[in-house]
Amino acid sequence: MCLAIPGKIIELFPESHRTALVDVSGVRRRVDLGLLEEDKPVAGDWVLIHVGFALSKISEEDALDQMRILRLLGEDKAAMEEVKGYGLGEEPEGGKQKSETGRKRTT
Amino acid sequence: MRFVDEFRDPEVIGRTAEEIRRLADPGRHYRIMEVCGGHTHAIYRFGLKDVLPPNLELVHGPGCPVCVLPMGRIDDGLSMAENPEVIFAAFGDMMRVPGTKGSPLEYKARGMDVRIVYSPADALKLAENNPDRQVMFFAIGFETTAPSTALTLMRAKALGLRNFSVFCNHVTIIPAIRAILDSPDTRIDAFIGPGHVSTIIGCRPYEWIAKDEGKPIVISGFEPLDLLQSIVMLLHQLKQGEAKVENQYKRVVPWEGNRSALGAMAEVFALRPYFEWRGLGFISQSALRLRETFAQWDAEQRFSVPGVRVTDPKAAQCGEVLKGVLKPAQCKLFGGECTPEHPVGALMVSSEGSCAAHYNYEHRKNGVASGLG
Repeated sequence: MCLAIPGKIIELFPESHRTALVDVSGVRRRVDLGLLEEDKPVAGDWVLIHVGFALSKISEEDALDQMRILRLLGEDKAAMEEVKGYGLGEEPEGGKQKSETGRKRTT
Repeated sequence: MRFVDEFRDPEVIGRTAEEIRRLADPGRHYRIMEVCGGHTHAIYRFGLKDVLPPNLELVHGPGCPVCVLPMGRIDDGLSMAENPEVIFAAFGDMMRVPGTKGSPLEYKARGMDVRIVYSPADALKLAENNPDRQVMFFAIGFETTAPSTALTLMRAKALGLRNFSVFCNHVTIIPAIRAILDSPDTRIDAFIGPGHVSTIIGCRPYEWIAKDEGKPIVISGFEPLDLLQSIVMLLHQLKQGEAKVENQYKRVVPWEGNRSALGAMAEVFALRPYFEWRGLGFISQSALRLRETFAQWDAEQRFSVPGVRVTDPKAAQCGEVLKGVLKPAQCKLFGGECTPEHPVGALMVSSEGSCAAHYNYEHRKNGVASGLG
């Protein structure tokens, strides 16, 4: 439950209640930025993601550290499964199909 | 200590462990509670106990949301799954948690519509995609997770979505710490404060622990070095006879917390007068409910839930373990009737539960020598 996953913001979508395309170890999903209204991130920033929402901005160094700690804790697979499972956050091109499959697999 | 070569600054880790041994008064027994379940997992996974002096005991706290949820609430949630109109959506962590008549996964096997979601936003999406069904999201978690549920409810309201509701089981960490300090059978010298909860609430809410209770607390990161440094900071305070809130996890935790997130929580949630915690009993103002302005999306108002209080299986001693009175292996069921494969109590389900952590890292690997001393 405490899982916080680091990701890099690739593109902002300000029109749809502030979401962003975020890259987590090569997997791209749409993540909600609604909890960072006071400290709005821009493309290129790193964020910590929890249950599909960016919780805080972090430095690139801390993001890499966080990914390493998830790996050491043996939670990296669960983290990637979580990111892949974000149904809201499909990649614009063809991602929808992927996330539907993901959801079927896990339900 | 395990995985030593992969750690950041292994030499610094060795020096920090040395510093702990130097600071710890051999004539004193230290009981330090790590509040957060993520820390419990890290402490076991990395074998931190191996580098700590024997008179420094880490007591595992209540910060595992799945573990502290009483069985009655799980039954209440599952009673909604029995309604054929309902899609029951919950995080994967919930799926194996036993209710009186089985876990959500077992309900699913019996044909009920139980789905794993990874985000409350996905539960909302499920409602949008299934307009002829009622989607009920079983919300659990501390302040790390509650703001995401709050934003999702604000979106549901903005969309005027009528087939979405939240069964709110969000709890708050501060009253749980208070309950532990008030409990006569738990004696704690200092606290390792939670990392990601504090990203949201900041450091101020902990000040009473230092000022009124005279106990040091250090907000900590999750790396072995973070945890060891936090213990050094606590021992320094204890040695000086000080008690203050310190932030070892400054790189992620701002002193003031996340104001957007706190704002969303304040708009959507109100405090319940009291809430039952497994093991800790009823704690006043320790959990969140939906405000009247969100009553339409409140599953407890939309559906009738039994609301029956269910006691834990008699032989299970989850409560004592949660309070730190018993160690996991001292429970009569540990490793016999209750294992991660067949959990009787919730502490054996989640990787953040102290029983599962103890079982996976101590019990299973018993006899395997660990690395650094």
